[in-house]
Amino acid sequence: MWRKIGYFLLLTLAAVVPVIVLVLLPVWGILAAAVALVAWLTLTRTGRQARSATAVAVSTLPQRIGSSSVVVIGIAGVVGVLVALFAMADGFRATLQQTGSDDTAIVLRAGSQTEINSVLDHDAIVVVSQEPQVMRDAHGRPIASPEIVVAASIPKKSNGIDANVEIRGVGEEAWELYPRLKIIAGRRFHPGLRELIVGKGAAREFAHTRIGSVLDLNGQPWTVVGEFDSGDSHDSELWADTAVVATTYQRGSSTSSLTVRLANPRLFDAFKAALTSDPRLKLQTQTTRKYFAAQSEGLTKIIRILGTTVAIIMGIGALFGALNTMYAAVSTRTREIATLRAIGFRGAPVVVSVLIETLLLAIGGGVIGGVIAWVLFDNYTASTLGANFSQVVFEFRVTPALLAEGLKWALAIGFLGGLFPAVRAARMPVTEGLREL
Amino acid sequence: MKYLHLIWSALFRRKTRTLFTLLSVLAAFLLFGLLNSVRQAFANAGQSVAGASRLITISKVSFMVALPKSLDLRIQAVPGVSDVTYANWFGGIYQDPKNFFANEAVAPNFFDVYSEFKLPAAQLRAFAATRTGAVVGASLASKFHWKIGDQIPLQATIFPQKGGVNTWTFNLVGIYHIANPQERGQENALFFHWKYFDEATQFGGGSVGWYIEKIAQPKDADHIAQAIDAISANSDHETKTQSEDAFQASFVSQFANIGLIVGAIMGAVFFTLILLTGNTMAQAVRERIPELAILKTIGFPNGSVLALVLAESVLLLALGGAAGLGLADLAVSAIRAHLGAIPMLPVGLESWLQGLALMALIGLLVGALPARRGMRLRIVDALAGR
Repeated sequence: MWRKIGYFLLLTLAAVVPVIVLVLLPVWGILAAAVALVAWLTLTRTGRQARSATAVAVSTLPQRIGSSSVVVIGIAGVVGVLVALFAMADGFRATLQQTGSDDTAIVLRAGSQTEINSVLDHDAIVVVSQEPQVMRDAHGRPIASPEIVVAASIPKKSNGIDANVEIRGVGEEAWELYPRLKIIAGRRFHPGLRELIVGKGAAREFAHTRIGSVLDLNGQPWTVVGEFDSGDSHDSELWADTAVVATTYQRGSSTSSLTVRLANPRLFDAFKAALTSDPRLKLQTQTTRKYFAAQSEGLTKIIRILGTTVAIIMGIGALFGALNTMYAAVSTRTREIATLRAIGFRGAPVVVSVLIETLLLAIGGGVIGGVIAWVLFDNYTASTLGANFSQVVFEFRVTPALLAEGLKWALAIGFLGGLFPAVRAARMPVTEGLREL
Repeated sequence: MKYLHLIWSALFRRKTRTLFTLLSVLAAFLLFGLLNSVRQAFANAGQSVAGASRLITISKVSFMVALPKSLDLRIQAVPGVSDVTYANWFGGIYQDPKNFFANEAVAPNFFDVYSEFKLPAAQLRAFAATRTGAVVGASLASKFHWKIGDQIPLQATIFPQKGGVNTWTFNLVGIYHIANPQERGQENALFFHWKYFDEATQFGGGSVGWYIEKIAQPKDADHIAQAIDAISANSDHETKTQSEDAFQASFVSQFANIGLIVGAIMGAVFFTLILLTGNTMAQAVRERIPELAILKTIGFPNGSVLALVLAESVLLLALGGAAGLGLADLAVSAIRAHLGAIPMLPVGLESWLQGLALMALIGLLVGALPARRGMRLRIVDALAGR
């Protein structure tokens, strides 16, 4: 009785420890382990035994193709769902993280977390723009853009339901401040006119955003004159001249935020100190990288938790499917395995051969799942509600790192699903096995 | 029913295999229960009975834009409107931005219109009498261990007080409950007086975030909404009035297409499950061919053999599925109890009915091929092991 319990505990330990190592191991570690395995298989005596036992196991695979496909498809399902959900989280985070940089800083009213909640008056804008840390353009003007963010309701193309789109009024220096932004169609808006340029994400998601369309904003007609691509979350916005947006939305001379380019990223601390020590100002500032990265945290975390939970539960289901299949495989090969043992094969090669067979099936499943997720979801466009209560358009990203993570899960499930049947195969009494029909 | 014993022993002929298959089925239905609970929470947002008899008026520009307070009396005069109340989004933070909950400045008659927010009469009177009073939902109060008499400081993110003070302190005078468990998510909110807000705020005074109208006849909703919007047509503050259900549904749909995501995951789960249990059933029948032949020999008609195998696979799905859904039920209750404001509905009758239908359907589907094989086998061949 005690022996049995002890044996079971030992086996569980033997199963759990490698899985934990596998999860923690970086990609090169797994590759190194694979190389070591191949070396063992070719160089040592037991290794060569294991290799031939594996060859026998794999050569009989086609006879068990129906039940073996359960392992492959079960694991493909887990990996596919995991990769797709993580691709969503990564895509959203990447979109927001790219938006910021270390050498631009955003200034908001103290206490406000987002631009839409913030108000800066004209005096504050002038004072901050004149800080010495702010970079100047060729004409000696500070590169600072006072910006107004408002949300407008525009019907979505997909379902015709009104959703919020972010309208951003930007200052004259915006073109210097956002060098990555490129006009891909039409032209820039003219300052002083009710003209808009539309980000390419917003153009894809919202109706009435073609060049030449007229949008009604707060009762006034605005013309779309251009489309831009900045490769980040500004792509979900519509841009116009701050002064004209302020008039339309009756903001007077106040704005929502001020974004400045610093002459040097190292000057940020001095800039921050200058702002906080000035008694005239009640402001807070962050680098835009920090500001936008913080906006992605909540949703990214929720999607990652959801993805992991779903994958664990699906993984448990797939694991029992794999166990079933491999136990059945071992029991149909009882005589084969007993024969191997009778002609002198040791236990370890038999264990290894069953394990390798399962891992091969698991890798097949992992690759299939990853490829399906990649084909269906790489660059798939989605949108959600961002921090400014407006739609943020982003693309799913199926990265090599995610695919590697999916393969890790596949290997972990395959290892657990193969180990117990493998050990049973090796512990089978030879005489009984040979008698089996 | 008399064959139950036979089916049962056939099912547990190979204990390990059946157990593993059951656990796979359990995992699939556990996931079904959990995801369905999330999906329903999003799909049901605002579909309350009371919600149908209330309209919401927001600025046509966006719900972030305020409306003038003067609209109150004019909306009150619209025929069919039995009561009007209003609210302002405050957006305050309690201690840490992570502790998010809704907090709104509301009109004195707010709790008359939201009659499903049950507040003891004495607390309601105390709220009316306290200028800085606040009322919170029971879930929120228990989350932060607040009790009546506590002072709750909120950090303003939008509205500092006059003089630039950012902290607003409220006296907790009432705790409301919501009877319907499906709507209990609305207990995660704090309400205080619009009048106090209006007096103390640095800017944004004299304006209202949105109006809520109670209407006598839900079927008149469209007419009344048009009449309300006509009041401010062509002004600089045009309005958009819609039923509370429609308002919340459009808000939720902006987050993400939850139905699509959940549907895709469940598709993957059940596709895998069908394959997995199908394999188990095929194996089970293949092993038992001689036994099935004996059943036929002693006089079981083809139809009965078919029914026996089908019943076995449905039983397999039903055992695993019921255990999985039951587990999901417990898990959802536990999650809701511990995390509070999470968009999940209890696993209700609807989920159970859908789940049972799925169990029967998948059971029949995966049993079909093996059962046909059992039905068609020829006694002589099967007994001879051919």
